[in-house]
Amino acid sequence: MSTLETLMLKFPGGFTTSEFRGQRRIMLDSEKAHGLLLELMTCLKTECGFDFLCDLTCVDYLNYPKATDRFGVVYALTNLATGERILVKAFANDPDPELPSVYELWNGADWMEREVYDMYGVRFAGHPDLRRILMPSEFAAHPLRKDYPLRGYGERHNFQTITRSES
Amino acid sequence: MAISGLMPDFLVTKLDYVANLVRKHSLWPMPFATACCGIELMATAASRYDIARFGSEAMRFSPRQCDLMIVAGRVVMKMVPVMQRIWQQMPEPKWCISMGACASSGGVFDTYCTVQGIDRFIPVDVYVPGCPPRPEQLIRAVLDIQEKVKRTGTIDAREFADRSSYEGPTSLAKEIAPEEAIVSPGDFRTATRLRMPLN
Repeated sequence: MSTLETLMLKFPGGFTTSEFRGQRRIMLDSEKAHGLLLELMTCLKTECGFDFLCDLTCVDYLNYPKATDRFGVVYALTNLATGERILVKAFANDPDPELPSVYELWNGADWMEREVYDMYGVRFAGHPDLRRILMPSEFAAHPLRKDYPLRGYGERHNFQTITRSES
Repeated sequence: MAISGLMPDFLVTKLDYVANLVRKHSLWPMPFATACCGIELMATAASRYDIARFGSEAMRFSPRQCDLMIVAGRVVMKMVPVMQRIWQQMPEPKWCISMGACASSGGVFDTYCTVQGIDRFIPVDVYVPGCPPRPEQLIRAVLDIQEKVKRTGTIDAREFADRSSYEGPTSLAKEIAPEEAIVSPGDFRTATRLRMPLN
């Protein structure tokens, strides 16, 4: 049974899917993603053999044509035995974007989820240590959001200046 | 008349002058290399360009042994406290070269995380343009520092605070009009370098 058939059987109507140049994509919209994501990922790992989480990243669809949800968190999975790949895109919405953490399935998701949280502000429920990973801990915004200005809100100026006579 | 034909075997000078002469030929750089400028800095120290010809080949990775900080490369916001700590750990007298477009002005990285010129946060003596600068340009900057060392010598922070006029190399000693000199702090909302456009 193929991966898609397995998923169709277990989660009928739970997701939409498409294929582009041989890449299978599974989309979970924001209403279903919160409840269904962990179950779907567990199924992919245990039953379909996707034992490797290649990448975990996020896309901000703010002002994107025909987009209905704002944040799409993308999970790129690989089956190391067969080489099969699959992309799962789970959507989350403002004002409090949240998804279940997949840390328990793939420990490698730890820092990647922290990065997505840092850059986009998507929270991962069940993550053991959800802190900022790149920006300083006192940083207030999430800089890769589309509504964040490229030059920031002046955070890069807020340090003490050391003059010659002080140092 | 009697002594004019003889070679003098003594020289009357100030102790400061001699000390500065020695000091300027023995600069110990602290390589604060964060990006591609650091590669040029290494090339400058290597045999082809050989910064040892100018007496500053002794690069030390401990700021406590150095008196010339070379900031080579872009500095991000998160790095600023580190840079300031290293600067303050260096014993006086000390000088700073801002090497490359990124360290001097942020370069092409006009983003939320990149510092728009390290001179906002630490004092800088010589700026080196270029992306990255040629090793010759860095050597030129070292020569400029040497010129400055020769003139200002072992001035420390308190003495510096007492001085008023600019005492750098003559070619750089240009008075800037006060309205042009207001570059920091910038406007926090728009994050531009200037508070208001210059006319």
